[in-house]
Amino acid sequence: MEIFWYIIIATVLGIFFVLDGYDFGTGIIHLFFAKKENDKEVITKSAGLFWDSNEVWLVAAGGMLFMAFPTFYASVFSGFYLPLIIVLWLIIFRAMGLEFRGQFKYQMWKDIWDVSFGVSSLLLALFFGIALGNIVRGVNLGGVENGISVYEGHYFFLPLWDSSFSPISETPGIIDWFTIIIGFISVVTLAIHGANWVILKTNSSINLKLKGVIFKLNIALAILTVFSLFVWQIVNPDSLNNFVDKPYLIVFPILYFTGLIGLFFIKKIKKDVHAFWLSTLLILGGITSSLASLFPVILPSVNDVHEPLTIYNTAAPEYGLSVAFIWGIIGIILIVVYSIIQKRLKGGKVDKMDYGH
Amino acid sequence: MEDMIFYDRLQFAFTITFHYIFPQLTMGLSLLIVYYKWKYLRNNNEKYNNAAKFLMKIFAINFTMGVITGIPMEFQFGTNWAKFSELTGGIIGQTLAMEGLFSFFLESSFLALFIFGEKLMGQKLHFLTGFLVFLGSWASGWFILATNAWMQHPVGYEILENGKFVLENFSALFTNPWLLPAFLHNQMASVVTSSFVVASIGAFYILRKKQVEYGKLFLKTGVVFGLISSLLVAFPTGDWNAKNVAKYQPAAFAAMEGIFETEEAGAEIVLIGQPNMVEKKLDNKIAVPNILSFLTHQDWNKQIPGMDQFKEEELPDNIPALYYSYHIMVGLGTIFIGIMALALFFLWRKKLYTFKPLLWFIMFLVPFPYIANITGWYTAELGRQPYLVYGLLKTSDGVSPTVSSGNTLFTLLGFVALYMLLGLLFLVLVGKTINEGPKLQKH
Repeated sequence: MEIFWYIIIATVLGIFFVLDGYDFGTGIIHLFFAKKENDKEVITKSAGLFWDSNEVWLVAAGGMLFMAFPTFYASVFSGFYLPLIIVLWLIIFRAMGLEFRGQFKYQMWKDIWDVSFGVSSLLLALFFGIALGNIVRGVNLGGVENGISVYEGHYFFLPLWDSSFSPISETPGIIDWFTIIIGFISVVTLAIHGANWVILKTNSSINLKLKGVIFKLNIALAILTVFSLFVWQIVNPDSLNNFVDKPYLIVFPILYFTGLIGLFFIKKIKKDVHAFWLSTLLILGGITSSLASLFPVILPSVNDVHEPLTIYNTAAPEYGLSVAFIWGIIGIILIVVYSIIQKRLKGGKVDKMDYGH
Repeated sequence: MEDMIFYDRLQFAFTITFHYIFPQLTMGLSLLIVYYKWKYLRNNNEKYNNAAKFLMKIFAINFTMGVITGIPMEFQFGTNWAKFSELTGGIIGQTLAMEGLFSFFLESSFLALFIFGEKLMGQKLHFLTGFLVFLGSWASGWFILATNAWMQHPVGYEILENGKFVLENFSALFTNPWLLPAFLHNQMASVVTSSFVVASIGAFYILRKKQVEYGKLFLKTGVVFGLISSLLVAFPTGDWNAKNVAKYQPAAFAAMEGIFETEEAGAEIVLIGQPNMVEKKLDNKIAVPNILSFLTHQDWNKQIPGMDQFKEEELPDNIPALYYSYHIMVGLGTIFIGIMALALFFLWRKKLYTFKPLLWFIMFLVPFPYIANITGWYTAELGRQPYLVYGLLKTSDGVSPTVSSGNTLFTLLGFVALYMLLGLLFLVLVGKTINEGPKLQKH
């Protein structure tokens, strides 16, 4: 049951990052490449029409995480208190940017919300990468100081950064050079994904240029990826064990590298939707590889006093999980049906679509 | 520790109060939209279809705001109330996750279909999407109140040695005797809010002499739905809830009603009075004898325990706030019935559309159903104190142990600033939509 819920939540989170990922990405593209008003408008439209139905996946993932792994939910959410609240604020700023931009015709008004949308998208992409970096690296679980536990159990609190800025310090902060690298990977990945979305959904005048941008970003991503694989081993030396023990898990990194290599051929790809699928593989492969390397751990501990958090020691009891199994399956089938209907309806380019409620 | 709990409570209270402005309107509004859409299907008058689509625009703005302000609510269970989440997540996580999976997806998917799909799918399917939005938003209320009902009156659980609450009986969560009355009361109250909003928009159009045709339609619908829902809020749903509080949370009931001392021969109902916590009595009291005993137990002389019957630590920690919340809610509810009955009388005499003072009055009434709803919510939540899970888990044992009060204060101030900006922009946006009116809608 734990494994079932782990897979379901990972899937829902994966879908969230693929879906909301592209609208974060459009924000980044919007910030750096959209210069003409017409481009700005269609790009915000390509995100604005979809962001709220994408964010539903975050709420669903949060709810299921709360239900299935309450101990994990409690320790991680209070442990990452400050960055999570900042993420909430950024989500709000981004939503304001998207919802308010088109309401008045004044240039200054639009400029304000363009910045709000672009910058908060960029920072959110960065923060999500940093979050993944933290989960890979592990935290000082239980808040151990000089070998003595400061808090009972697995509660911890991470400062935004530690003075050493090092991931291998005893008390790492949220931001260190390792998590920053993962953050950059996330920003570049989502920017590629967002660019693919803009190309797919709009007739923007910068679409041709964006293919070149994707190519360059992809080079950056390849370099960052190789570099991160190297430092990954320093930060979490056990990260390859799972792949050695269970070789079939290699399918996840293969997904990632398929996306990465495929995107080098971006200029030759005829169908925009294929390019979009490649960056989708990139996101899904990245997340699943990280999770697979940790499994069954979901939050490693950097001290010896406290055990890492695993799907087993943080899960709700069997009965609750089994009941939820039944309604969970029904719910997921319904969601898939709704999503298919909805995506079919909103298919096609967004340029002519009516935006604004 | 003390101010830690204080800031955490303040932050939750603030963010949920702001959040609740939006769903209380959308839940009621979805019913009115379904009503208009149904009228359109029956008589094919384009006016009803435009009205439904216009209200759906207002709905959509509120829904977006609800999403934006709802995500922090879910997060805060973990960030600020980590111990509570850890101990009870196995139970209330069920209802919260179901909310996300069943109702939130339903509502957001079909809202998009309603807005974008009219031409593609024909009128009957369009009605169906509107109906599914309604279903989704009411199901949302159902799951959230199931969560709250469990905190008010825990059922179907077992407590392990380590203090964790374990689910033992899933169906008990939905057959909780607290749930159905609380849900119906809440939904009726949200219909009150939306009726008042729609009536107010109607009055505005008539007074401004633009969109008058829609003004009359909105005013009429608002008044009719407003009177029916105001009555239903008070009886039977409000009455049923009060009886539940008296039965399951007698200490909270005594504080709500302002009964400091138990009267042997039946309890009086307090209409006006200010709780004096030093002398433990009500100042300036106006009360009617024996009514409360009758309302609660259908027996004029039945005893109702006063606050003197409970230990200090079992009593709600802020009795005046609870007392005032409850009395404001009941007072406003009573006034609403009177106003809507009066408006209906004028409507029946065909004078409502021309009687300006009443139109102005209705137009400016809008904040009050919101106040009544929010004080109603406060009544439930303050009454539950000092517990998070009534009788079982103290609020002070639920906060995040690692998050210091300084952090919470900082984030609270951030939320206040951000929500003020958000609220301002929301008003601009709704104002603009109302000003444009139904006729100019392009969809």
